[in-house]
Amino acid sequence: MTEIKLPRRDFLKAAGAAGVAGAAATTGIAACSPETQTAANASAAAPDTYLVLTNEEVAFLSAAVDTIIPADALSPSGTDCGCVVFIDGQLGGAYGGGAKMYRAGPYMKGTPEQGYQLPLTPHQFFVAGIRAANAWSEKTYGKLYDRLTPAERAEALTAWEKGVAQFDGFESRLFFQRLLQITMEGFFADPIYGGNRNKASWRMLGYPGLPATYADKVEEYRDKPIVVTEPLSIADFS
Amino acid sequence: MVTKLNEVDAVVIGVGMTGAMIAKEFTLAGLTVVGLERGPDRRPREESVLPRIRDELKYVQRLELMQDNSIDTVTFRNNSEQTALPIRRWGAFLPGEGVGGTLNHWGGMHWRYLPTDFRIRSTITERYGAGAIPGDMTIADWPVSYDELEPYYDKFDKMCGVAGKAGNLRGQKIAGGNIFEGARSDEYPTPALKPSGGAVLFTQACNNLGHHPFPAPFGAASQPYKNIYGIQLGACEYCGFCGRNSCEANSKVTAPTHIMPALRDEAKFTLRTNAFVSKLVYDRQAKKVTSVLYTDMNTGEEYEQPAGIVILSGYVFTNSNMLFHSGIGEPYDARTGRGVVGKNYCYQFEATATAFFEDKNLNPFMGSPGDRAVIDDFNGENFDHSGLDFLGGGYIRGGSGAEPPIGGRAVPADVPSWGSEWKKETVRWYYHAVEFQNQGSVYANRANYLDVDPIYKDALGRPLIRLTYNATKNDHAMSRYMLTKIDAIIKEMNPTHYELHPRPLNFTIVPYQSTHNTGGTMMGTTPANSVVNRYQQSWAAHNLFIMGASTFPQQHGYNPTGTVGALAYFASDKIVKDYVKNPGPLVQA
Ligand SMILES: Cc1cc2nc3c(=O)[nH]c(=O)nc-3n(C[C@H](O)[C@H](O)[C@H](O)COP(=O)(O)OP(=O)(O)OC[C@H]3O[C@@H](n4cnc5c(N)ncnc54)[C@H](O)[C@@H]3O)c2cc1C
Repeated sequence: MTEIKLPRRDFLKAAGAAGVAGAAATTGIAACSPETQTAANASAAAPDTYLVLTNEEVAFLSAAVDTIIPADALSPSGTDCGCVVFIDGQLGGAYGGGAKMYRAGPYMKGTPEQGYQLPLTPHQFFVAGIRAANAWSEKTYGKLYDRLTPAERAEALTAWEKGVAQFDGFESRLFFQRLLQITMEGFFADPIYGGNRNKASWRMLGYPGLPATYADKVEEYRDKPIVVTEPLSIADFS
Repeated sequence: MVTKLNEVDAVVIGVGMTGAMIAKEFTLAGLTVVGLERGPDRRPREESVLPRIRDELKYVQRLELMQDNSIDTVTFRNNSEQTALPIRRWGAFLPGEGVGGTLNHWGGMHWRYLPTDFRIRSTITERYGAGAIPGDMTIADWPVSYDELEPYYDKFDKMCGVAGKAGNLRGQKIAGGNIFEGARSDEYPTPALKPSGGAVLFTQACNNLGHHPFPAPFGAASQPYKNIYGIQLGACEYCGFCGRNSCEANSKVTAPTHIMPALRDEAKFTLRTNAFVSKLVYDRQAKKVTSVLYTDMNTGEEYEQPAGIVILSGYVFTNSNMLFHSGIGEPYDARTGRGVVGKNYCYQFEATATAFFEDKNLNPFMGSPGDRAVIDDFNGENFDHSGLDFLGGGYIRGGSGAEPPIGGRAVPADVPSWGSEWKKETVRWYYHAVEFQNQGSVYANRANYLDVDPIYKDALGRPLIRLTYNATKNDHAMSRYMLTKIDAIIKEMNPTHYELHPRPLNFTIVPYQSTHNTGGTMMGTTPANSVVNRYQQSWAAHNLFIMGASTFPQQHGYNPTGTVGALAYFASDKIVKDYVKNPGPLVQA
């Protein structure tokens, strides 16, 4: 299958128009080590499909995770590593639905020391947060976040990180922190959850993945890096 | 409709670490025991196996093994003026649930307290005068000494298969071990772990500075070992997944691997899981708890379990809360200082630092929390506090490794948190970080306590427990001093770059700090100054015994579990030998 690599923005427009099926041609690229990236780009895998994310949310998150994890010599982009698919799985699962979370009111803002006090589940949090971030982006730049140039996306992300962006009814800094956290989880977690495709982040770090045991290696490798040829994930042991 | 069950010799509330220990000891003595555990059963051969157990997202980030906040949680505020709000998802500390409790996912730092810790008020007064202890510092001597506990520390070590190197064997100081420790009757059951690269560097620097470094004692077997219950333990695999996960190798101590195989099939023992205990039925006249009420969380049905002996081993928050809900003992009032239940809640005050060594390769994923090195030169009363503006101290630990990558990727503070520059710097420093930690004491303060929350409720409709807690001036002064010591050690190690992390002014409920909550049902010498006596026996109900760090008068500069374990064996020994034959107060009020 021939791979036509559109710029991310154009792809999203296409995906938005044609629905999820439109993603088939351009996504699902198995992430890979920088050296073999070109080869792998040529063979497209199955299209990304989503449990709970809407088109607007996919577009937003794709732009955001690619800003947080841009494609460069060290790794493919956040999207190509499966971070959006990962986020979708997390938000569509027990965690996203607020499992094991105390949700009873009354709700009070509290002090920063008292931690998260919103009534929202993680899924609801991202639905509301993405809406607020996109509304802010339209007000500030006249465009949704995914339509911004890479420089504008970075600038916007910085404004959220610093908490200087005023979202309507939402704390931009809190939104940024949770977005960053779940993106990093998608990048570094075991590939079993749909992110970290082809163990791209583990290759990048030189993280060998799951050991059977290191008891026989701690002394031998005390000041010597373990040379990682192929990191092992849960699937490799199964 | 409550279904009343047949009476048993003993009921254990919470089959975590201490609950399982007591149940085992009681059945060995011939008592019939029912264990009520509100979480699920834990089956190591099903659950703690390769590869599923090496899942950082599930266990470390999503907290698979922790107590379900939607059923029961804690409310928190920094001081009595604020409104406490619920911990909606655990942050600073992580109580566990299910058979084995919090110990299933502990870090394994396995300690004994110093002989002077047990007489801390007396020691400070003798050394620095009666005025040395500030008026709001409500520290107390323990009603039990190190020497009395030593045989039980030893027994607990041999249940766990602890790895370490003695520094004081029957009074003989041994270089390379902890020369400050109290005399041990025996060596550690298994040798110390092999040190990580960072621990080797830390040890060299500490030796150069004239400190006394030694390998961290670790609550896991470093080589195959048969524990006191005849269970064969495996050797630590240095897999790097210890904290917040259970152990695949049967090495790190937990009840499901170290006790349950010798208890599960015991005819005198009945385990009921998903059994959420809500209340103790208290007979004030007879000074006894006659039964306990629990809800079967599978069916929603309520049961009453009568028992001759009641063991409350539900971790720090449940222990105080159960007394509040059952009307046992006088609740502590922070304004007047009267009352004892909820008093002297303490925690651990941990300053940390990170140093980066460009020219060292420190395989950050490999190893175990037990491959660190430690100094105890600045713990408790191991050093002179004359002229210093604080009391207390803590051990200092240094080392590298044992961290999977979602959480374990230290970079210098000025590195951006995302983008290509972040990636470049993450890769640059990944193999090169050494972590340092001071396990700081928390000397009790009258403003820090547990009581009943007036607003929020648990899944059974009971009020939640409320935590009112903040760091004190003493904590901060202690911590600043410890950081000067860490600073000097790091300088001696000559890193490329390093950062000290002083504590924020206020305690915050996120991020994770430690699950070293203590106090609330403190032990002491009279009903006026404590909830339980030296045998962990309630002054208000003589057949009620409380296990866990909730009975500590204050928290010293060590992780609590070694002492929690020793106390549980100390108490069970007394109950089996004396109380069973002659039920009644073991210490006269
Ligand atoms: C991440 C982490 C790392 C740690 N690292 C260390 C360390 O390195 N060194 C150290 O010394 N300590 C460490 N600890 C602390 C250690 O785990 C505890 O000190 C120890 O488990 C306490 O044992 P326990 O028997 O008092 O309570 P637990 O083991 O928690 O047992 C209590 C049990 O009671 C059950 N229960 C509670 N309420 C009820 C109820 N109402 N009805 C029925 N059942 C109930 C719970 O589900 C639980 O199973 C760590 C803890 C955590 C979370």
